[in-house]
Amino acid sequence: MGHERIVRAFQTAKTDPAFIPFVMAGDPDLPTTARVVRALADGGAALIEIGVPYSDPLADGPVLQEAALRALRAGTTPKDVLELVQSVRRTVDIPIVLLLYVNAVLQYGSEAFVREAALVGVDGLIVPDLPIEESESLLTLTKAHDVALVPLVAPTSTGRLGRILADREGFVYVVSSLGVTGKRDALDPSLGALIRTVRSETALPIAVGFGLSRREQLVMLRGIADGAIVGSALVDHLARGGTVEAWLEEMIG
Amino acid sequence: MAKTKNQPIRPIPPEELRRYPDEQGRFGPYGGRFVPETLMQALMELEEAMRTIVPTPSFQDRLRQVLADYVGRPTPLSYASRLSAHYGVDVYLKREDLAHTGAHKINNALAQALLAERMGKRRLVAETGAGQHGVATATAAAYLGLACTVFMGEEDMKRQALNVFRMQLLGAEVVPVRSGTRTLKEAVNEALRYWSAHVDEAFYVLGSAVGPHPYPVLVRTFQRVIGDEARAQMLSTIGRLPEVVVASVGGGSNSIGIFYPFLSDPVRLIGVEAAGLGIETGRHAAALSGGSEGVLHGARTMMLQDAYGHIRPAYSLSAGLDYPGVGPEHAWLKSIGRVEYVAVTDDEALEAVEALTALEGILPALESAHALAYVQKAAERFTGPVLVSLSGRGDKDVETYRHRLGKRIWTSEGSGGHGA
Repeated sequence: MGHERIVRAFQTAKTDPAFIPFVMAGDPDLPTTARVVRALADGGAALIEIGVPYSDPLADGPVLQEAALRALRAGTTPKDVLELVQSVRRTVDIPIVLLLYVNAVLQYGSEAFVREAALVGVDGLIVPDLPIEESESLLTLTKAHDVALVPLVAPTSTGRLGRILADREGFVYVVSSLGVTGKRDALDPSLGALIRTVRSETALPIAVGFGLSRREQLVMLRGIADGAIVGSALVDHLARGGTVEAWLEEMIG
Repeated sequence: MAKTKNQPIRPIPPEELRRYPDEQGRFGPYGGRFVPETLMQALMELEEAMRTIVPTPSFQDRLRQVLADYVGRPTPLSYASRLSAHYGVDVYLKREDLAHTGAHKINNALAQALLAERMGKRRLVAETGAGQHGVATATAAAYLGLACTVFMGEEDMKRQALNVFRMQLLGAEVVPVRSGTRTLKEAVNEALRYWSAHVDEAFYVLGSAVGPHPYPVLVRTFQRVIGDEARAQMLSTIGRLPEVVVASVGGGSNSIGIFYPFLSDPVRLIGVEAAGLGIETGRHAAALSGGSEGVLHGARTMMLQDAYGHIRPAYSLSAGLDYPGVGPEHAWLKSIGRVEYVAVTDDEALEAVEALTALEGILPALESAHALAYVQKAAERFTGPVLVSLSGRGDKDVETYRHRLGKRIWTSEGSGGHGA
């Protein structure tokens, strides 16, 4: 489970780089999210990242802030998201990684959350406001339950890479540029160098996120990164009434 | 009124006090750095600057000079004789209301701006709720010739239009924040987000003793001047330390500033939070008295939240106390029993506004009035002297006072006339 499943998903991905879409659970409601997750899995996603909506998402830009707000208005709780994973697991086999903020984990109870996540078939966790310096106790828990706690690396992380990447599991989430999630027109020119540095420190697959929204950007990452995470563009597309199928065709068809 | 039992005072030995925060920015279990990876480098750079620049004689000399010539420090210590007679205990006021821009906020904003200048950052970024910290930061930016961007909730901008104009007049760009509750907590989120995208040229001037390490210790370092001065002034004026020090607590910058130099003394310290309409109503801003442990704005601390950890909006008539969290050092000082935290309501604070204004000719900020209100409420606990942090002047609140107290004064009704 966890680590091995994630690594294998990168190796067997149908696209290069492996395609990793992000959806916000409960936006606009949970049945919709379940349908979207299945369509993404059927349509070529290698992994799926599911956001647990939070009131104060510090790392997110306006599109994902709004999505979280819609999901919260619909009453979505962390427990609902775990149940969502349990239900889609019957038909979805690719790895599922949950993204949630640290206070949501703490208030649920870290041990209970990690244990229940593992039980319903969550393969990894991304906690965007938990730097390595604060990760010790959650890392112990995730290792014990075979759930990968995905390390995040930013363009400014270079001095701490060794510490961030030591003994980690799953994949490395490389934040393509400073700032928050959301579309960017261009990829940071120093991204290639950053990924090469990360690769010299770890054998884990490397996925790039923050700012990806177009097919050309994914093509540009070919041969540089192992995976591409696309969030705001999909959430925005769905919020405007677009279909998953049309979007997948546009991105990786 | 029921007599509150006085707990024994346990001064913290100086050698123990020096151990907090630890290298990870922890005050016991509180504090730390719960921020996106994109901010870690900036926080470490700031911590480095705090350690290597702030203690140097050249920085300290410049700060002292600016605080004296521009801010007007030291601020006076005033014996409030008529208020003392009214309350039945001797009250001394530390007059931060007389600092430039009318509140203690300038001590920190100006010092952080000087640090930004030394670090070669040409743009100051700040969040503001009522506008006080925004005005202080814009003032510092104007004084030092730095660019300034202030994030302010759209709701707050409507309520505080005059302060928005003040900031613009000072040359700052005020950016409306339209997410969530459109108030201070979103303004902090947005300032942090902006900073994470502009860490190279921007310096985030955080306005209270909250946020990720090193902000709580940095803000305390720049606000302890309040307590250092007050302690020396008490000794030189009456030859003794106060029996008790009382200060209002929102995020907790004026209170940590006045408390810190007394932590090793046998002096009772009391922080007064905003109970708003009453803690039992749920409409309050008392993170310590009515909150629970969690992570807010990068620090593990006491805060207002629901069962899922979503931040609950705070409420207080006082915009400066209307914040759903509190600095981690306060959470720690409460947990070890060194500082006592209490809460007073909007109405109790308004009563203190009337008393101080009528008896001493000093119009206090609504925030500071919370501290005074507790002194009145619990006067029988004290033998005195009581030192109160008068953190700011009330000019900014005159409209609120007119609205809430006006009818009562004009019709000479004894009580009860409030109309929010």
